[in-house]
Amino acid sequence: MSENNFAFVSTSEKPQLPPPQGTTGAVGWIRENLFSSPLNTILTLLSIFAVYSTVPGVVNWAFVDSVWNANSLDECRALTDNGACWAVIRERYHQFLFGFYPSELYWRPILAFVLLFLALVPALWDGMPKRSTALMASMAYPFVAFWLIWGGFGLEPVSSTKLGGLLLTMIIGVSGISFSLPIGIVLALSRSSNLPIVKSLAIIFIEFIRGVPLITLLFVAHVLLNYFLPKGVNFDIVLRVVIMVTFFASAYMAEVIRGGLAALPKGQYEAADALGLGYWQSMRLIILPQALKISIPGIVNTFIGLFKDTTLVLIIGLMDPLGLVAPTLADQRWNGIFVELYAFIAFMFFIFCFAMSRYSMYLERKLHTGHR
Amino acid sequence: MSTSTVPADNSFQFSQLWRDARYRSYTIQIIALIVALSVVMMLIGNAVENLEALGKDFNFGFLFEPAGYDIGQMLVEYTSASGHWKAALVGLLNTLLVAFLACVTATLIGVFVGVLRLSNNWVVSRLMAVYIEGVRNVPLLLQILAWYAVFIHVFPTPKQAVKAPVIEGAVYATNRGFYVPGLTFDGGYQIVVAVLLASICGIFVFRRWARQRQEATGQILPVGYISLGILIVPAVLAYFASGMPIGLDYPVAGRFNLKGGLKVGTPLIALWFALSIYSAAFVAEIVRAGIMAISKGQTEAAYALGLRPKRTMSLVVLPQSLRIIIPPMISNYLNITKNSSLAIAVGYMDLTGTLGGITLNQTGREMECMLLLMATYLLISLSISAVMNFYNESVKLKGR
Repeated sequence: MSENNFAFVSTSEKPQLPPPQGTTGAVGWIRENLFSSPLNTILTLLSIFAVYSTVPGVVNWAFVDSVWNANSLDECRALTDNGACWAVIRERYHQFLFGFYPSELYWRPILAFVLLFLALVPALWDGMPKRSTALMASMAYPFVAFWLIWGGFGLEPVSSTKLGGLLLTMIIGVSGISFSLPIGIVLALSRSSNLPIVKSLAIIFIEFIRGVPLITLLFVAHVLLNYFLPKGVNFDIVLRVVIMVTFFASAYMAEVIRGGLAALPKGQYEAADALGLGYWQSMRLIILPQALKISIPGIVNTFIGLFKDTTLVLIIGLMDPLGLVAPTLADQRWNGIFVELYAFIAFMFFIFCFAMSRYSMYLERKLHTGHR
Repeated sequence: MSTSTVPADNSFQFSQLWRDARYRSYTIQIIALIVALSVVMMLIGNAVENLEALGKDFNFGFLFEPAGYDIGQMLVEYTSASGHWKAALVGLLNTLLVAFLACVTATLIGVFVGVLRLSNNWVVSRLMAVYIEGVRNVPLLLQILAWYAVFIHVFPTPKQAVKAPVIEGAVYATNRGFYVPGLTFDGGYQIVVAVLLASICGIFVFRRWARQRQEATGQILPVGYISLGILIVPAVLAYFASGMPIGLDYPVAGRFNLKGGLKVGTPLIALWFALSIYSAAFVAEIVRAGIMAISKGQTEAAYALGLRPKRTMSLVVLPQSLRIIIPPMISNYLNITKNSSLAIAVGYMDLTGTLGGITLNQTGREMECMLLLMATYLLISLSISAVMNFYNESVKLKGR
C-alpha cells in the first residue's frame, strides 16, 4: 500500500479559487445593493418603474419634441402636441434676465456680473498670490456695481422701476449675502457677550426678525417705511427691499454663527484668555476662525434661503423672474403657457442654489481638519 | 529693598473709560443703549409727525367696523357684515390650519424620505437625493404658484366633475376645490368629545402606572394596544349611548354645481401640497442627520448587552437621535408657519391675506394693521420657541 492512496493529503498548496460568481463585479454589486432582501427588491423595482415612467416623458417634452421657433402658443401647439414651447423663453429671455432695463445698456449689468466673478476670486480662492491686495480691490465692487447698474456720474441714469428679472434677483441676493455676514457676526458676538445691555439689544433684534415672516418685513418696506423716515427722505424701493432682506438674513446668520460659537470647546476661550489676548484679538485669531468653520453649512444654507426668498418681492410688485410670469401670461399670444415659464425659472434658481450648496460641501471637506 | 517709585494713581481719568477694562464694558453698553434709544425715538417721532401731517390718528377702532368682504375658506362663522377683527380671526385660524396640516404631512413624507435616503439601496437613495436637492433648491413661492396653476388646469370644472366623481356621492375633485363629506354635530356631541378627552388623560395616567409597575416588578405590559383600546372603546360606546350625534354631511351633486359637504378650496390644497413637499425635503435632511449622528458603537453595545433590535432602536438609538432631531424639527415647524404667509400669492385668506391684505387696503390703517400682524406672528413664534427651549433644557447633557 503506497502513500499515494491517502487521496486527502495534499502535498502542495492549492491555488485560490475565484470568489463565487455573483458576489463580485457588477452582478455582485447589484445583488448586494439592490436585491438584498424582498423589501429592497420591491423598492428597487418601484424606483426603476418611477424613473422609467417619468424620465423619458420629461426628456421628450423638454428636448425631443420641444419647439424653439414660434410666435405664439397656438403655433407651438400646431407643431407639436406634447412638447415644451420654449419659443416663449427665446422671445423673452432678455426680460427674464434684465427686466425692462434699456436694451442698448445691457452691457452695464453684464459688465457688473463679470466683475462680480472677478471680485469673488480673491474671496473664494485662498491660494491666490497677493490675496490681501486683491481683497481690498474687491471691497470697491459694490460701489462700482451700483454705479454701473443705476448710472449717474457720466453714465445714463436708469430708474429702479426698470430693474427686473435675474438682474433684480442678483442685486438683492448678492447685496443681502455680502452685508448679512458681517452684520450677523456682530450680532452673534453681541448675543454671546457678557455685556447685559448689548446682549439684550441683540436678542430683541434677532428674535423680532426671526419671529415674523419675511413678507411682513417686505410689506413694512413697501407701505410703512415712509412713515418712519423724516419728511422728504425717500429711499428707492429696491434699496428698501435690500435693507429688509439684509436684516432678515443677518438675524438668521447670527443664530447660525452663535451655534458655532457655542459648539467650540470652552478650553479654546480659556486658552485665548490664558495667552493674554484681548477680546478682539482672541475673537479674530482663535474663536471666530474655528466658529465660522463649524458654521459653514449653516451659513451657506442661509445664503441659499436668502437667494430663494428674493422671489417674495413679486408680492410687493417688483418684477423678479417670477413676477414676470403674470405679464407674460397676460399676453394674448402666450396665454396658458405656465409650465414652461415655471420650469425655466425653477431651473435658473436651481443652478445657483445647487452650485452654492456644492461649494459649501467642498469647503466643509477641505476645512475638515480632524476636530469633531 | 526696591519699591515702586510711582505711587498708585487712584484718581479717575477720563481716558480710563475706554482704556481700562473695568470701565470699558460700561462705556460700550451705555453708548449702545443711547444709540438704540435715539434710533427708536427718532423712528417713533417721525411716525407721529408723518401721521399728523397726513391727518391720520392711531387707534384700533376700525377693527369693529364691518369688513365688507367675503372669505372663501373659513373655520368659524363669518359674513361680510362681521367686523374686521372677525376677518383677522378667520385669517389667523386659516394660518394655523394650513400650518398644522402641512406640519403633519411634511413630517410623514420627510421621515419616510429621510429613512429611504439612508437605505443601502443605491437606486432608492439616489432617487430620494434627487427629490431632496430638486425641491430644496427651488423657491417655495414658485412651487406654490406652480402647483396652484397645475391644480386649476388639471382638475375639471364643477360641472364636469359631477359626471366624473372620485367617489360617487362622496368625493369630488374640481378646479375650485375638493368636495368631501363634512362632519355634522347634533345635540349631545359634547358628551362624545368629553369622553374622548378623558380617555386621552386616562392614557397618560395608565402609561405612568405601567412604567412604575415595570420598574417595580420587571413585568412589561403591551402598553401600545391597551392605550389604543382606552382611546377608542369609551368614545365609541359614548357615541352610540348618546344616540349617534356626530354624522357625515355628503356633498350633493346638482346640475351645475355641488352643494353641501366640506369644500376644501384649491388655494388651500395647493398651499398645503407645496408646503408639505417643500418642507418634507428639510425634514428628510434633519432625520438623516439625526440618525447618522448616532455612532455605530451605540447599536453594537446594545446588542452586546443582549437587547433585541427593536428594543435597541427604542431604548438606545431613538432617544439619542431624537435629542438631535427635535430642535431643528421644531424650528422647521416654525418655518412652515411663517412660510404659510405666502398664501397671499394664491389668494388663500390667511392672516396676512386678511389683516395685512384686504383689511389694510380697505381701511388705510397701515400702521395698526402691520403692528397687529407682526405681533401675532411674533406671539406664535415666541410660544413655539419657548416650547423648544424648555425641551432643550430638559434633554441637555449636563456637562461642565
